[in-house]
Amino acid sequence: MVEVQEKTDAFVSEFRRCEKNATQAGHDWLFAIRGKAFARFAELGFPTTRDEEWQNTNVASLAKTAFEPAGRPPNRVTAEQVKPFTFGAADVGRLVFVDGRHAPELSSLDGLPNEITVASLASVIRSGHATVEQHLSKHAGFEDQAFTALNTALMEDGAFVHVPKGIVVEQLIHIIHISTAAKTPSVTHPRNLIVADASSQVVIAETYAGLDDGVYLTNTVTEIVAHDNAVVDHCKVVREGERSYHMSTLQIHQYRDTTTTSHAFMMGGSLTRNDVNAVLDGEGGTCTLNGLSMLDGTQHVDNHLRVDHAKPHCDSREFFKNVLDGASRGVFSGRIVVHKDAQKTDAKQSNMSLLLSDKSQADSKPQLEIFADDVKCTHGATIGQIDKDAVFYLRSRGLDEQAAHGMLVYAFARESIAHARPESLRAHLEDLAFSRLPETRLPREDIS
Amino acid sequence: MLEIRNLHAHVEGNEILKGINLTVNAGEVHTIMGPNGSGKSTLAQVLAGRDTYEVTEGEVTYCGEDLIELSCDARARKGIFLAFQYPVEIPGVSTNYFLRAALNSIRKEQGLDDLDAVDFLQLVKQKAKLVEMDGSLLKRSINEGFSGGEKKRNEIFQMAVLDPKLAILDETDSGLDIDALRIVSNGINKIRGADRAIILVTHYQRLLNYVVPDFVHVLVGGRIVKSGGKELALELEESGYAAIEKAAEQAATVAS
Repeated sequence: MVEVQEKTDAFVSEFRRCEKNATQAGHDWLFAIRGKAFARFAELGFPTTRDEEWQNTNVASLAKTAFEPAGRPPNRVTAEQVKPFTFGAADVGRLVFVDGRHAPELSSLDGLPNEITVASLASVIRSGHATVEQHLSKHAGFEDQAFTALNTALMEDGAFVHVPKGIVVEQLIHIIHISTAAKTPSVTHPRNLIVADASSQVVIAETYAGLDDGVYLTNTVTEIVAHDNAVVDHCKVVREGERSYHMSTLQIHQYRDTTTTSHAFMMGGSLTRNDVNAVLDGEGGTCTLNGLSMLDGTQHVDNHLRVDHAKPHCDSREFFKNVLDGASRGVFSGRIVVHKDAQKTDAKQSNMSLLLSDKSQADSKPQLEIFADDVKCTHGATIGQIDKDAVFYLRSRGLDEQAAHGMLVYAFARESIAHARPESLRAHLEDLAFSRLPETRLPREDIS
Repeated sequence: MLEIRNLHAHVEGNEILKGINLTVNAGEVHTIMGPNGSGKSTLAQVLAGRDTYEVTEGEVTYCGEDLIELSCDARARKGIFLAFQYPVEIPGVSTNYFLRAALNSIRKEQGLDDLDAVDFLQLVKQKAKLVEMDGSLLKRSINEGFSGGEKKRNEIFQMAVLDPKLAILDETDSGLDIDALRIVSNGINKIRGADRAIILVTHYQRLLNYVVPDFVHVLVGGRIVKSGGKELALELEESGYAAIEKAAEQAATVAS
């Protein structure tokens, strides 16, 4: 099936355990899903570069690693250790998970409206929740997605957010997944479900962070469901450890007149695959997907997007940027599928990469599949280096070479951040981007 | 202040400057005129330290220091300013942000403390008036979407803020309408002073109706072929460069 010897024994025994738990708890619905997902994973195996969807991202080293479930026995993490990964006072609701498990002592949900549900997924599965049963795993398909299949089979915990009809949540809910990254390779399968009922509004941020430089795999899936006229803003920050693997799927399902935005900021991790799939399944939907990856060393990030325009009169925007230094590699692949009846679709896609070194590499692959005849679809990709004329201009006014470079890189990156929602996150994201610049004397303040 | 001796410079193997000699003292305004392709802009860029030009011969001394050895940013920190013929657009960085960083790097060189945001804004306000520049432009990305006149005004404005000892203005007057030319000239006149030297590189005599130079030099084929007072510019305006180019050609033939 595959050339590499896959280390999946631990996954099999873990699956047996999850399966047993589901049966014991009487969760027949979950038992069935897990079983199907694990069977599919067993058939698919890990993808190889011969698989078209994975041709630029090689996970052989991941497949060869024997990952044990993380946090057994549990590792203690202090609020002080979590703090650098928060957005400070901007986090009104904070749901923290350590090695895949909810850490109530690090979480706080004060200040959120009473009408909404923000809870650990494990707890709502235990207690039973109609919305969870209705939506969990109904959107993120695993027919061809080995990692989603594996996550679905082995998921235990994550965030569950449910905003009932007409409720507007302006406060940010921040989901933080911390990996303690112990000495032996470990894995978590965080699973998040966000359901916004009709005419509701919610703002979610996800941060994935590693505390140590051990080898670990975060295999995460987030499903977002936006019912008619709902607004969902989502932002994801990857600050995983140096030797980590981050395999992620964000599945967005949008009904009529919905607006969603999602921003992906990739700052850490060794190998990151970020699948973002949005289905515009109702007229009048708008979906904005943005991303910024700032990479160095041998970091690899693959942003893999698919937007399905299933209904007419929907807009989608994709705007992904890479800043690539060292021998890093930024891969972008964006498929836009306009279904037969999806007339008046307006889809724009853009991918811009800034190469800061000779060894860095950017790959860009736009794919448009259009089955309707009255649509507007555009895509553009640029790969470039720092503008020498601009550097000379800045230096001729007294800035040294490093400061001039830093200023131009920051300006390039900042354009992405300027779109991020909610606004209260932008200053934090700018700090993060700034911290990824080479040492300069530049003041960290509003550059524009 | 500036002493240029037998300066030769190449770009991509082509010799553009073929032995420039020029002395500029504090308080003086020098105009360098000449036909297209004579090397005027090259001279300006070489003095500012652009590394696409290679100095192959000669020397340049600035305030007693060997200028050629200094990087372009070190030159700027020591008081040299080049106003670009084609100012660069830089999306994402506002003029205010960049200019404060630039000013503070110059101040550091002079052993002064950083100017804080409040003092900086005060200074900017005052200098923006010099060139009748709208403050909102300074909050925008550098030169992005600026008209030709706005870009040139932004150059003079930056010059006024950075307060250089030696200002080199590369065709700052080209392409300006008469109102913009008046504003730009006015800005240049206001920064004239006993401690400062200005080199105006221009293709047209028109600027000199507003900024009266102390010396005029004519650059042809990479050499200064004629120097004189402001009356030389008027002479050129009447007879054009053709006569001087011809004379220079003849002189070159005789010399060889």
